[in-house]
Amino acid sequence: MSSDLAFALRGVGAAVGRKFALRDVSFELPTGYVMGLIGANGAGKTTIIRCLLGMREIDTGEIELLGHRVPGPSDLRQDIGVVLDHAFLVGDWRLTDVERVLRPFYPRWDGARYRQLLDEFGIELRAKVKELSRGMSMKLMIAVALSHQARLLLFDEPTSGLDPVARDELAGIIGDFLTDEGHSVLFSTHITADLDRIGDYVTLVHNGRVVRTGAKDEILDAYRVVRGGPEDLGGLVGVELIGARHTSTGAQALVRTEEADLLGGRVLVEAPTLEEIAVHIGARAPHPKPLSTGRTA
Amino acid sequence: MRVVLSNSAGAPLYQQIKEQVGTAILSGELAEGSALPSVRALARDLRISIITTTRAYTELAAEGFIATVPGKGAYVLPLDSALVREQLLRQVEDGLQTALDAARRGGLDRDDLIRILDGLIQAEQQETIQ
Repeated sequence: MSSDLAFALRGVGAAVGRKFALRDVSFELPTGYVMGLIGANGAGKTTIIRCLLGMREIDTGEIELLGHRVPGPSDLRQDIGVVLDHAFLVGDWRLTDVERVLRPFYPRWDGARYRQLLDEFGIELRAKVKELSRGMSMKLMIAVALSHQARLLLFDEPTSGLDPVARDELAGIIGDFLTDEGHSVLFSTHITADLDRIGDYVTLVHNGRVVRTGAKDEILDAYRVVRGGPEDLGGLVGVELIGARHTSTGAQALVRTEEADLLGGRVLVEAPTLEEIAVHIGARAPHPKPLSTGRTA
Repeated sequence: MRVVLSNSAGAPLYQQIKEQVGTAILSGELAEGSALPSVRALARDLRISIITTTRAYTELAAEGFIATVPGKGAYVLPLDSALVREQLLRQVEDGLQTALDAARRGGLDRDDLIRILDGLIQAEQQETIQ
């Protein structure tokens, strides 16, 4: 297994009852970079993270994590830091208790670093877990991960419920973590503005499948947002309108860049943001309908 | 090193970095041998992706402005005089092209343009004498 990958999922499928939660999911992150996992609620982001962590069994495919096949050896846990959208620590613990409880599980635990990080983040050691705001709980989980010297940080929706200042601080903390070339970050989110800047790689998931994965700039280059009058985006041969939205004044859709040239001159063609890509792909009907069902006919 | 990124400028971020660092080197603001932050430190400080800063540095290195040391950082290379001349020549061409476009809109001909240029050169010479 190649060690220059932080992780790789290959053909991963996971079922819930008779329904698929994940279907043929394949993507990978090179060591040393940050990837954003984007999708609407229920798209499968959290399931992917749980599979990566070995917290959930997969039915098909395989997962490689830091050079091991999941489930890896138990000390693989040392190398991974998890930041979930809810604190997994007991509310009544003081932060000194957090250290006391977690330390035995992590032979590389660095108590001085834990206290230094909490100090940097402006968190009182005597505070209780339940007294912390969302931003502070997230920083506590990051401090824990960095104190046991994780090489891969997994964030599940870290920025939901964070104010802009805390989100900017998080971008700084991630940037700081990544100054070490052996460190990597996976970051699931539905708030794409954070990734527009710091993301190196992006994976778009929808209905349990990977819609697109790769370097962020290549994905941004692969699509165009097109806007036109109510009649302008209808009956085009060879152009798939992704997540088209029609109103009485106009229509907007996402198209593949190579197909954008086929549109007439009256249509406005612009580079998309990640948010526009996510919105249009998320709005796509699960079973593509013929274009004639639109209101443009 | 000073890098100021614009979100609304049409130019991609890597190009903005490349141009600003390149200009600072050509102007002498960043002297030969100056250390530049590593691609990862720059990405952190500017809150942008590592791929973006890597691309800016790779292109600056390819054009002979900087050398990168894996795992360390980058430093400014001695200015190649041919390269500097080439850059300056391009600036002269760009400037004259702008003048030419304005002249065409203003209905000035070749002789007018040459008279203006001579006048500017003379004025500059008198200034240096004084």
